[in-house]
Amino acid sequence: MPLDERHAGDAAALLRVRGLARHFPIRNALGLRRGSVKALDDVSFDVRPGETLGVVGESGCGKSTLGKTLAGIHRPTAGSVLFEDAEIAPLQGAARRVVARRLQYVHQDPGASLDPRWTIRRSLHEPLIVHSGLSEAEREQRVRGILREVGLPPDRLDSYPHELSGGQQRRVGLARILTLQPRLVVLDEPTSGLDVSVQATVLKLFRSLQRQFNLTYIFISHDLAVVRMMCDRVAVMYLGRIVELGPTDAIFKDPRHPYTRSLLAAIPRIGGPRVTDGFVLEGEPPSPGKLPSGCRFRTRCPNAAPQCAEADPPGRTVAEGRVAACHFA
Amino acid sequence: MKALVFIVSRLYRDRSAFLGALIILALVVVALAAPLLVSHPDAAWAMNPQVRLRPPGGEFLFGTDRMGGDIYARVIYGARITLTIAVVAVGVSLLIGVPVGLVAGFYGHWLGEVLMRVSDIFLAVPQIVLAIAIALTLGPSIENVILALSLTYWPWFTRLVYAETQSLKNEVFIEAAMALGVPPWRIIVTHILPNVASPIIVRTSIGMGFTILTAAALGFLGLGAPPPAPEWGRMISESREHLPDAWWYALAPGLAIFLVVMGFNLLGDGLRDILDPRIRRAQHGRG
Repeated sequence: MPLDERHAGDAAALLRVRGLARHFPIRNALGLRRGSVKALDDVSFDVRPGETLGVVGESGCGKSTLGKTLAGIHRPTAGSVLFEDAEIAPLQGAARRVVARRLQYVHQDPGASLDPRWTIRRSLHEPLIVHSGLSEAEREQRVRGILREVGLPPDRLDSYPHELSGGQQRRVGLARILTLQPRLVVLDEPTSGLDVSVQATVLKLFRSLQRQFNLTYIFISHDLAVVRMMCDRVAVMYLGRIVELGPTDAIFKDPRHPYTRSLLAAIPRIGGPRVTDGFVLEGEPPSPGKLPSGCRFRTRCPNAAPQCAEADPPGRTVAEGRVAACHFA
Repeated sequence: MKALVFIVSRLYRDRSAFLGALIILALVVVALAAPLLVSHPDAAWAMNPQVRLRPPGGEFLFGTDRMGGDIYARVIYGARITLTIAVVAVGVSLLIGVPVGLVAGFYGHWLGEVLMRVSDIFLAVPQIVLAIAIALTLGPSIENVILALSLTYWPWFTRLVYAETQSLKNEVFIEAAMALGVPPWRIIVTHILPNVASPIIVRTSIGMGFTILTAAALGFLGLGAPPPAPEWGRMISESREHLPDAWWYALAPGLAIFLVVMGFNLLGDGLRDILDPRIRRAQHGRG
């Protein structure tokens, strides 16, 4: 049963994802299908307008695939995605590109998302040329307005990406997306590769832009401290599935799923216990091409019981607004 | 414009590439100004059997051929034929090869596979053999030489553009443009094409030299322009019966082919060094 089903979700949800799956084929030497990697497997959740939903998990858990599938870079293998009450999962080509205007994706490194041969001005005009019928003067006005909002001087417009600092490149990447005035922005690892002081500035910028442009964020990160600071709710992913979802405070205070518990134990704290003391995870997660029977976490779970090998635990509501996929949660 | 100034200034510093550029410039000037460089308009076609096989000197700078034609005038007018063949054949190859490579590289799936297998079939046969077969079938004329060379050279551009496009397709900025909702044709024309322009330019220059050599070979085999036309390859072919006595017969057209092909290759190599940022950096490192 898909997660979040009993918890029927808000009628006002901006994005409603149900049973979303993205499988990548594994091919043998002859190019024949030999199996598939289930990068996303039966993922369901809602995103409320104006909130920031964090998505956390280890490398390879499917966080980025989730973001890219929602953004239309990957096509979903199965499932439904309702965005602003319209089904977008099966859309392709021009019909899907229209959605991109309202649902945007920010790459981990927005600097690399700029064509190295293009000036900043040309990169910022591009989305408007594609999606709007504005004249060049109107576009320039919009671009300059957005540039001011993200805190870049207009003389940067004639620079090339390599002439900007990492923080400035990120601002340009954001400006490029905001020119389209999206509702929902998927931020994929937005703070990785930045030093801490720049990180704080960028996070502050996300906040103020959210207020100003009435944005809703899906915030994909493996940095739990940042997620705790930024997000209203958190979804914890393990091997292509959401294992726990709920308000940030509640999850950090009282994690229900054993995987969430071990993840949180891995946060270093000044004066706290050694990271290794509470850390129960052993080894690497199993390959998503060869999932264990029953619960996919059982091979690393400290509480694994015989029933875990038999039944795949469905997501159940364990408290008000909280869902966990564990037999014992 | 800025890029052009940059390329010219870099070429000036790279001595061998600059030499190549000078040779090609000379070829173009000679081809355009041919009528001004010879004594009378049809000197290249005139036959004076009474002065046949004269050695160089005096009235005939490079000597005369078996029909008494002025080899100097014939080599000068031959530049026009050579340049026409090279420009048109490489131009047509570009027009076919680049779009096919872009589409095959960007879309990948079955269409790309089909296009690439077709170009592989062309590449599997040596270009000269395929060009001979085509020219033989169609009969000797300049048009057919151009056709044969175009049909056999385009897969080189396809291969090159295909490989570059495939690696570019995985760049974050291309993926970002897709996520932004930029239509594929627009991504191909505005993002991918400018980023593969450098290797295409280099391949064009080297391809010109290659095409001239193949065209000369076709002329040598009697598959080029029919007899009165002053074609370099054919002139060398004619000279065989009169060697070694009439040593000057093959000298001028042979030198012309040698210089022009070398010019294009030197320029191509130089452009590769100038346009490839990795090599550029390495040169900076050396100081």
